[in-house]
Amino acid sequence: MNLNVQNLGFAHGSTATLEGINATFEAGRLSVILGPNGAGKSTLLACLAGLQKPNSGAAKLGDEDITAMPAPTRAKRMGLLPQGAETHWAITSEALVALGRIPHSRGAGASADDRRAVAAAMHATATDGFAHRPITQLSGGERARVLLARVLAGEPEWILADEPLANLDPGYQLDILDLLRQQARGGKGVIAVLHDLHHAVRFADHVVLLHQGSVFAQGAVDHVITAQNLANVYGIDALLSKDEEGATQLLIKGKLRS
Amino acid sequence: MTPRFMTGLLLSLTLAAFLLSLMAGKVWIWPMSWAADNADGWIFLELRLPRALLGLCVGAVLGLSGAVMQGYLRNPLADPTVLGVSASAALGGVLAIFLGINLVPFGLFGCAMIGAGASILLLLAIGRGGGPIGFILGGMVLSTLAGALTAFVISIAPNPFAASEIINWLMGALTDRLMEDVLTALPFMAIGVLLLLTTGRALDALTLGENGAKSLGVDLFRLQWLIVLGVGLSVGASVAVSGVVGFVGLIVPHLIRSFYGEQPSRILMPSALGGAILTLTADSLVRLIPGPGEMRLGIAMAVLGAPFFLLLLLRYRKGQA
Repeated sequence: MNLNVQNLGFAHGSTATLEGINATFEAGRLSVILGPNGAGKSTLLACLAGLQKPNSGAAKLGDEDITAMPAPTRAKRMGLLPQGAETHWAITSEALVALGRIPHSRGAGASADDRRAVAAAMHATATDGFAHRPITQLSGGERARVLLARVLAGEPEWILADEPLANLDPGYQLDILDLLRQQARGGKGVIAVLHDLHHAVRFADHVVLLHQGSVFAQGAVDHVITAQNLANVYGIDALLSKDEEGATQLLIKGKLRS
Repeated sequence: MTPRFMTGLLLSLTLAAFLLSLMAGKVWIWPMSWAADNADGWIFLELRLPRALLGLCVGAVLGLSGAVMQGYLRNPLADPTVLGVSASAALGGVLAIFLGINLVPFGLFGCAMIGAGASILLLLAIGRGGGPIGFILGGMVLSTLAGALTAFVISIAPNPFAASEIINWLMGALTDRLMEDVLTALPFMAIGVLLLLTTGRALDALTLGENGAKSLGVDLFRLQWLIVLGVGLSVGASVAVSGVVGFVGLIVPHLIRSFYGEQPSRILMPSALGGAILTLTADSLVRLIPGPGEMRLGIAMAVLGAPFFLLLLLRYRKGQA
């Protein structure tokens, strides 16, 4: 089922504003939201995850508006991997992943479904090896995978990842991107806010480029990530070419003088 | 040690501490004299029983409130004393006495509870955005301010006898409370405790930070009010009946975590039991200190708690560096 963002607007306090956002995200694809700092990438994701209530417009799954859904219902369908990889307390990886089941559980104790979902999520992210280690003792890469497993454990239809690669070494970044792509191939809708244009070029099936709170361009990678668009939005001089395998290569040469 | 074994142990220790509190004192009263028709039986019924019940309830309330506040603020240094909740409840109580509201039924209780609840709201307003240490600093501001205002109200009290009464009560003790006082406080504490015990899942979700918790469908606004009401009612009532007994909520959750792990929901009930054990035991021990009169429980807990707080603070700073 597609996620249709219709004329969505948001303005509140110091958070980046959004105006007239129209975008379509398809399930089964890895969609990437790009844009410079303050363009409204995280704000858009926050509206989709229900952290912020948009002032106008809607985000529809079929004919249901997710911004108007009761929080517990929405939480089952939209899984958010928040920015900053925040965790508190030295709980085990498994206990952390099990938090993803909160929208599904009523009352105490883990059901058979809960245990199955947690095990599957940890298996998919290869985190089962340190299920009983406290999260405070994990490396950055391990932690990032455990946090992603937490989102998967909720078995959401959509995975919303807000800067999931921040502070990760290149190898770990590729691990997370691979996992996100796997989830998309498995039929889930995946939307990730990314900073790194190289990763976007390599991994995105669909790109939404934001600029000053509006959609500047959206569509296939080759259509959106063009030298002209990057110059206009980021003020950079970039060279795009095809390698011998037909994959797009991006080289950022420098900043444009204005 | 498995959690099940630990819970059994905590329950037995609670029972043991309760029995100790019934028996210990300048006069030891053994179980066979509990129903006796003599001075021992009288002391048991009129003095020891209310005191032990009070110790049980106040301790449980303080231990649980500490665990909930630490989970909510994601800060292992939080506690009703450190955050100025107890001091604010005391200010509410003192104002009630000064203005004569304590003559209205539940006047003193009501004012102490309002003081406790309001302090949490104030704390959230001034501590937010200041990081983990913001709330501690906010609590210090509140605590100092409430203390100063309390001193001011006492100093302008028209009746010196009333002033010394107030000071006595403020120092925190479980002595000389009537069964009637205990029974008045009990329902408020019980409701507060029940409210606080429902916060477990939301506190667990906050392990992922506020955005993580919200995205899991947790209603943080509801949680905030549950805590304001729960802590307000229970800590307010406990301060109204026993004055300021500090640091139970700081010490107990820490000890409990080393056995139960750090998941916030797992330590709620054990912290309530641990608080009861600590308070009952400390209150029994202060009675046994030789010499005239007896040491105030509030003072004993402060002497015990302040160094503990310092220790935690040092460990915490080391962990952050």
